[in-house]
Amino acid sequence: MSAPMATNETLPARAALDQEWRKVVNHGLLLALVLVFVSLANMPVSLDSRMIIEPMLSMGYLSLLWIPVVMGFIVSSEKVLEGIAYHAKGAREVLAGGLVGVIGGLGLSLLVILIDNFNLRDPLVNWSPALLDLLQFGNGIGFGVIIWPVLGFGLGVFGGALHIFTAMTRTIVGWVVGAVLGVAVFETVIIDLLTERLPFEFITDWFYFIRGGLSQQGAVTAALIGGGLGYLRVLAQRGVVPTPVQDYKQLVGPERTRANTIIIITCGVATAILPLLLGRITNELLANVGLFVLLALGLNVVVGLAGILDLGYVAFFAVGGYATAILTSPNRGDSWPDWVPQSHWFAALLVVILLAILTGLFIGAPVIRMRGDYLAIVTLGFGEIIRLLFLSDWLGGYTGGAQGVTNIPGVDLGFVEIKGTDPRAIFYLVAVFCALAIYVSWRLEKSRLGRAWMAIREDESVAEAMGINTVNVKLMAFVVGAVLASFSGAIFAAKVGSIFPTSFIILVSIVILVVVIVGGMGNILGVIAGAAVLIGVLGGPKQPGLLAEFSEFKLLIYGALLIFMMLKRPEGLVPNVRRTRELHQEEFLQDAWLRSQVDADEQDGAASGEVAPA
Amino acid sequence: MSERLLTIDNLSVTFGGLHALKNLDFHVDKGEIVSVIGPNGAGKTTFFNMISGMVEPTEGDIVFKGESLIGLDPNQVTARGIARTFQNVRLFANMTILENVMVAQHCRTKQGVFGALFNTGGFKQEEAEIREWGEKVLGFFGSRLVGYRLDQPASVLSYANRRRLEVARAMATKPEVILLDEPVAGMNPRESEELTGLIGQLRDEWGFTIVMIEHDMGVVRDVSDRVVVLDHGETIAQGSYEDVSTNPDVIEAYLGRPAEEAS
Repeated sequence: MSAPMATNETLPARAALDQEWRKVVNHGLLLALVLVFVSLANMPVSLDSRMIIEPMLSMGYLSLLWIPVVMGFIVSSEKVLEGIAYHAKGAREVLAGGLVGVIGGLGLSLLVILIDNFNLRDPLVNWSPALLDLLQFGNGIGFGVIIWPVLGFGLGVFGGALHIFTAMTRTIVGWVVGAVLGVAVFETVIIDLLTERLPFEFITDWFYFIRGGLSQQGAVTAALIGGGLGYLRVLAQRGVVPTPVQDYKQLVGPERTRANTIIIITCGVATAILPLLLGRITNELLANVGLFVLLALGLNVVVGLAGILDLGYVAFFAVGGYATAILTSPNRGDSWPDWVPQSHWFAALLVVILLAILTGLFIGAPVIRMRGDYLAIVTLGFGEIIRLLFLSDWLGGYTGGAQGVTNIPGVDLGFVEIKGTDPRAIFYLVAVFCALAIYVSWRLEKSRLGRAWMAIREDESVAEAMGINTVNVKLMAFVVGAVLASFSGAIFAAKVGSIFPTSFIILVSIVILVVVIVGGMGNILGVIAGAAVLIGVLGGPKQPGLLAEFSEFKLLIYGALLIFMMLKRPEGLVPNVRRTRELHQEEFLQDAWLRSQVDADEQDGAASGEVAPA
Repeated sequence: MSERLLTIDNLSVTFGGLHALKNLDFHVDKGEIVSVIGPNGAGKTTFFNMISGMVEPTEGDIVFKGESLIGLDPNQVTARGIARTFQNVRLFANMTILENVMVAQHCRTKQGVFGALFNTGGFKQEEAEIREWGEKVLGFFGSRLVGYRLDQPASVLSYANRRRLEVARAMATKPEVILLDEPVAGMNPRESEELTGLIGQLRDEWGFTIVMIEHDMGVVRDVSDRVVVLDHGETIAQGSYEDVSTNPDVIEAYLGRPAEEAS
């Protein structure tokens, strides 16, 4: 929420020892707990092989080192309210950060001593010499015990010092860190993009070490570039340099429409060209992201627009996948009568759409009369039922049971066959269907049906009293969501070539929901952003992401991210205006009031209805 | 004698052992303004909930234009021409003011997925009509709900304007009968006086028939053709304002019995 400029009086900074000791100790202990937990979850050891900056910093160490900084910052951050006087930040905040870091570091020292003296490998599998060695930086027990409080102090001081930096320094520091991490994390994509088709080896040679990770000169260059961009950003905030984003926001009417058209065409062209420059791995990644974008857009209609919390969404994905597999594969279950043809993918797709609609109605009809939690639980059940049906012996003759359906052919376009071995073609196929899904979501949201969905999300009983047939309208949302998911299923079948019940576990439903929530419920761009971040960077339920090393910790990070988003930014990465309003009702009203847009209850006749907009 | 629009015959509803309404008879003629009054807990809102289909009566019949409403869903009742407002304002707070009245026309319109996806001529025309009618009903309240307000969320409105928007939303459903549940509650005297005038206009200029629950006796006196008094789920009096306001049963229901008569 863009709050108006705070007009707070600032009091002088407090003395360094004027600490809230209790708060400092609490945060310190929390930090110690998190550090020990992360260590024992084996993150440092298993991520140690992935280098960020060769040879100084690996992802493993990074998984520990960022936490004291954040804790050191959090311990002295306060919520600044309008019009209330606050103390300036100073030595006190820096010291608080340092102390928190020391306490957290002592936690790791304790862990080092304990690992050295006791063997708890039985319950704690990661209580290992490898961890001990890593925590000691390979230098023996004494070093390990001493280094962590010292390191913690340093990092905590840095975190606390972020408070006393000027906004400009903070922005630049943020950009520098972001640039270095970004260039390191996106290593695969960047190398792929610059060297697969384009002759820019000299750039990647400069940035990256030969066995992965940034080289030192690369890290410095990335930091400089990040710093430069950060400085530009500061200038833009001060209005020295124009920003395209602000210019765009000021456009209205036909100019805005024209700008939108240009943006959409640019995005379309970029989507068409980009895969040509990329290699197999990155295209594979993009194809996976695309599949989840398609799923998430469908779920977004159900959850984001109509407000129906569907936890069994994978059912429709499964129906799409299995229907395509059975209709196109020669290797399907042998109980099928001869008249069920072995058809072309596009012919199968028509049947798939039909089946998805039927499944949507079939699952929707009993579920739709329920509300809230009950509905969520029942959909969860249906999601599992569908998977178990495909797995069952009863339908084994048709669906292949646990063996699934194999030998699914690709999509034959006449001049080219789109199949899993050619991820670029798969990506194009997915992109076409994503474009379709985006168009459908966009058109429906602004239609009579979309308004009815919104009304139901706001207050179902009132919506019904206002003449909306809630059962039909909600079923419609279910059906639209089901069809979009079945598209994804159909492409998935053609992509992987074989389909098993294990591809449709409940985790898929959860991941799609997390994508929608983290990305921004009800917002098309948000959903795409969510899929790119979660599926692209971290990886899907079975698909590896950019950080393939993270696959062990994927669910842990999903969970942490979800909790973080719920607490700090419930509207998602790219929020929907309406959702933001719902979630920040009070702040929104205050903002509106500050812009004197809330009309006071009229006291003096008709004039007050005509307060001009600010 | 004008056309009988809504007839309620021997209507009862019980929640567990509680008789919320008992053997209620009631009717509204076309073009009437009828007020339903009664002390708190008399069953007035239950009465509205029952007409609008949100509560199923245990016994009795509701006939609207010769057709029974028993067993219909709220949306079907609305589609047949009975709209309502709510005592505790229940707008779609995060939808814009215009969207609030647009969505209320759902049952009067019929464009579906196909029209929306292909942006057909029919779809465009219907959207334009929905918008036009929406702006027209909002215009009923002067400049308060139109202009730059159209695209603001309903949550920024003042209390009185929310009440007005509720009435506009009910009007947007193109009803014949509007049920107003305490339309002036929480308004200041000037505002309620203005709304009283508007309720008269609703009938005279827009042709709506009004049934209104109201506690403000000034408003009831000014607009009602007829007043029905409920107490403990039963009709205790019916007639013009003057008749019921002097009726001893009504006075007793509101004020209690004088001490010497109590036994």
